[in-house]
Amino acid sequence: MTGQLTEPAPTTTDPRGRRVPRLVVGGRDVTMAAAFVTLIAALVLVAALTADTFLTPTNITNLLKQMVTTGLLSFGMLVVILTGGIDLSVGSIVAFSGIVTAGLVSGLPIPVAMAVGVVSGIGFGLVNGALIARFELAPFVVTLAALTTIRGLAFVYSEVPIAPEDPGFFTLGSATLGPVPVSTLIMLAVFLVGGVFLTRTPPGRSIVAIGGNAETVRLAGINVRRHVVLAYTISGACAGLAGVVLASRVGIAQPSVGVAFELDAIAACVIGGASLAGGRGSVRATFGGVLVLVLINNLLNLYGVQSFWQQVLKGLIIIAVILVQRTNRVRS
Amino acid sequence: MTLELRGVRKDYGGVEVLHGVDLVGRPGEVLAVVGANGAGKSTLIKILSGAQSMSAGEMRMDGEAVEFRSPHDAHARGIRTVYQELSIVPGLSVTENLLMGNFPKRRGLIDWAAAHARAKELLESIGFGAIDPRTLAGRLSVARQQMVEIAKALVSEPRVLVLDEPSAVLAGSDLASLFALIRRLRERGVLVIYVSHRLAEVMELATSIVVVKDGRVIATTEPARTSESELIGLMAGRRLEQIYPDRRTEPGEVRLSVHGLTRRGEFEDVSFTLRAGEIVGLFGLVGSGRSELARCVFGAEPATSGQVKIAGGDVRFRAPSDAIAAGLALVTEDRKRTGLVGGMSVLDNIGLTTMYGMRRGPLIDAARRRERVEEMIDRLSIQPAHCASMRVVNLSGGNQQKAVLAKWLLAEPRVLILDEPTRGVDMSTRIAIYRMIDDLARDGLAVLLISSDLTEVLGATDRILVMNQGRVTGELRSDRTTEDEILAHAIGQAA
Repeated sequence: MTGQLTEPAPTTTDPRGRRVPRLVVGGRDVTMAAAFVTLIAALVLVAALTADTFLTPTNITNLLKQMVTTGLLSFGMLVVILTGGIDLSVGSIVAFSGIVTAGLVSGLPIPVAMAVGVVSGIGFGLVNGALIARFELAPFVVTLAALTTIRGLAFVYSEVPIAPEDPGFFTLGSATLGPVPVSTLIMLAVFLVGGVFLTRTPPGRSIVAIGGNAETVRLAGINVRRHVVLAYTISGACAGLAGVVLASRVGIAQPSVGVAFELDAIAACVIGGASLAGGRGSVRATFGGVLVLVLINNLLNLYGVQSFWQQVLKGLIIIAVILVQRTNRVRS
Repeated sequence: MTLELRGVRKDYGGVEVLHGVDLVGRPGEVLAVVGANGAGKSTLIKILSGAQSMSAGEMRMDGEAVEFRSPHDAHARGIRTVYQELSIVPGLSVTENLLMGNFPKRRGLIDWAAAHARAKELLESIGFGAIDPRTLAGRLSVARQQMVEIAKALVSEPRVLVLDEPSAVLAGSDLASLFALIRRLRERGVLVIYVSHRLAEVMELATSIVVVKDGRVIATTEPARTSESELIGLMAGRRLEQIYPDRRTEPGEVRLSVHGLTRRGEFEDVSFTLRAGEIVGLFGLVGSGRSELARCVFGAEPATSGQVKIAGGDVRFRAPSDAIAAGLALVTEDRKRTGLVGGMSVLDNIGLTTMYGMRRGPLIDAARRRERVEEMIDRLSIQPAHCASMRVVNLSGGNQQKAVLAKWLLAEPRVLILDEPTRGVDMSTRIAIYRMIDDLARDGLAVLLISSDLTEVLGATDRILVMNQGRVTGELRSDRTTEDEILAHAIGQAA
């Protein structure tokens, strides 16, 4: 995973003079990587020690599959957040792309139907980006409108869940390569390619720079609008893909699925230290954020905590993680 | 209030930038702190203002040891700092900015009449009566905003006032009111710590002068015992022969010509030409439309009418990218807002304009980019030398400015527009910038140097265009004109 977005080879020295890789981007002298790994290791350890079912193959596979949706959405969200924007429409896109794909399966070859699902996400992202960049509308408002519009469209397409009978529909979501689900590998590939995109390509660097200072970027001769559109399109594409994968895994597409998924994606970015003002964020740390969220969910499920309490706890944990980051940053 | 620093050290992540600074300031003194960029002035100010804590050493106020953990601690001890970067809230009135959180109330609600009256009284008492407290702060000129900033610091009647480059944006009567204010503060027994690059001011205002170099105080002196050139020599660590290079060159072919360019409400009917090898100055007071003109020529804002021609052919720049493709470069006036991406590395910043041209497949050719950027860092001697991976905001002001220049030079322009390239930049960096502009012009670049500094515009250019209220009111030859003549054109009173 390529992580660092603002500095090429960041290391820092710990109090004993050892070189430690640095995870929080933005040049701050914080050894957040260590903190992150510790947190995730602690979660895993607690889970393994207290829930017998945690380390079972079934649960691990489940975990790997569960992180796909949040993972894909979080990467797309990170790209948008880096520009200083936000994409609230991704949960609705998940529902739309899923239900459209499931609906088309009966008439079209499965790969084509799935491609249509992903393309629908790309289309919604393009429209979001175009409205935001061309008319200089607030990303929050545009994607909030998109959230309700696209959710409506999903219900217009089919009020009732669609469950395709062709077993080929389930392959994407359920196939495994050895012990690892194919969908997880796809998500990892998105993070890998995405990391390279954001750190090593001109459009990727432009997106990060736009969030830092859009006017400087414009005066440097870079088309800011085009890159903003690109960012929302990437987010739309990720959401479209997530929708298809989710429908395939569950085996049934529901127009009501994906409510509040955008919040998990935002949370993962923020836990990973991304700044909602733009220009600061890391692919690697966002992936860490996804792991933290998914582990918490899984743990609470294993404990049989009631789902409403799960929401409460998740909120508190997010605040705690961000507070820790904050104090670390201030201390440095 | 006697303020005393003893052996103050500061390190950032293992790199020491202040190596034991001693400093004494007494009530009623104006203590000027001068030094080259990177000398440690800004760090010193941050320690005084409580924005940063020192790593070692001690600070005493009236003999009592103090330790600041935050700006609030410094405020509580009567130390106020006015930074170069403005911190006023543009969307609030001057009154709100001044009284922030300290409003007179009537029955629990803010009494606006009383608040405005109090703000007015305050401004008048410090000689800034020309500012209307009801105006939105953002509507004031930068100079007036700076004055509001200073007034804000004085609301709590501090015993120590730290001013960081207060005069960088002030001119004429505004500057005179600042000087008068500082004299009045002296009489009241306030210790004023004054950081400035303008040595003439320092010589006029200061009661004592401290020269900082490489994180140390290398000299403490008084205006009566020193001279401007001695100070420059101390700061730069070398003898100063001449600030401005000799300009004796034959201009070549026309690189850029502008005909009747108009942007409604900003400037009107502007025509000029730039030739290869020529440095043309563009002088105008704040509000004369000089920066707006530059942005429009560069394609950043559309023109209402008029033409821009490059090497003979008509062009229409729809966006800066078109202008860059035609060989133009614009170093903007405000590096923080329009020159740099603060959160990114020096490498990313310097490589910004050129990264699309340095690709290998879909990726940036990282090795080539790093090599080119490091060449630039070396050529412009940006300090520290191995700063490519550092965040650009961690460079000192002068080095940030050099980084902006490096970004544009990497694009190998044929026409270079510089908008106030030496604003807020210390003397030794200035000299380096003048040398570089001269070298570039000798290599055939056409340079437009926009400046509100008369000495600079007179010393560093071949020809001077003067603007007043959006029009070019004069074109003068630098070797045959005077500051008075330029100024007369600039205020529209030339014969």
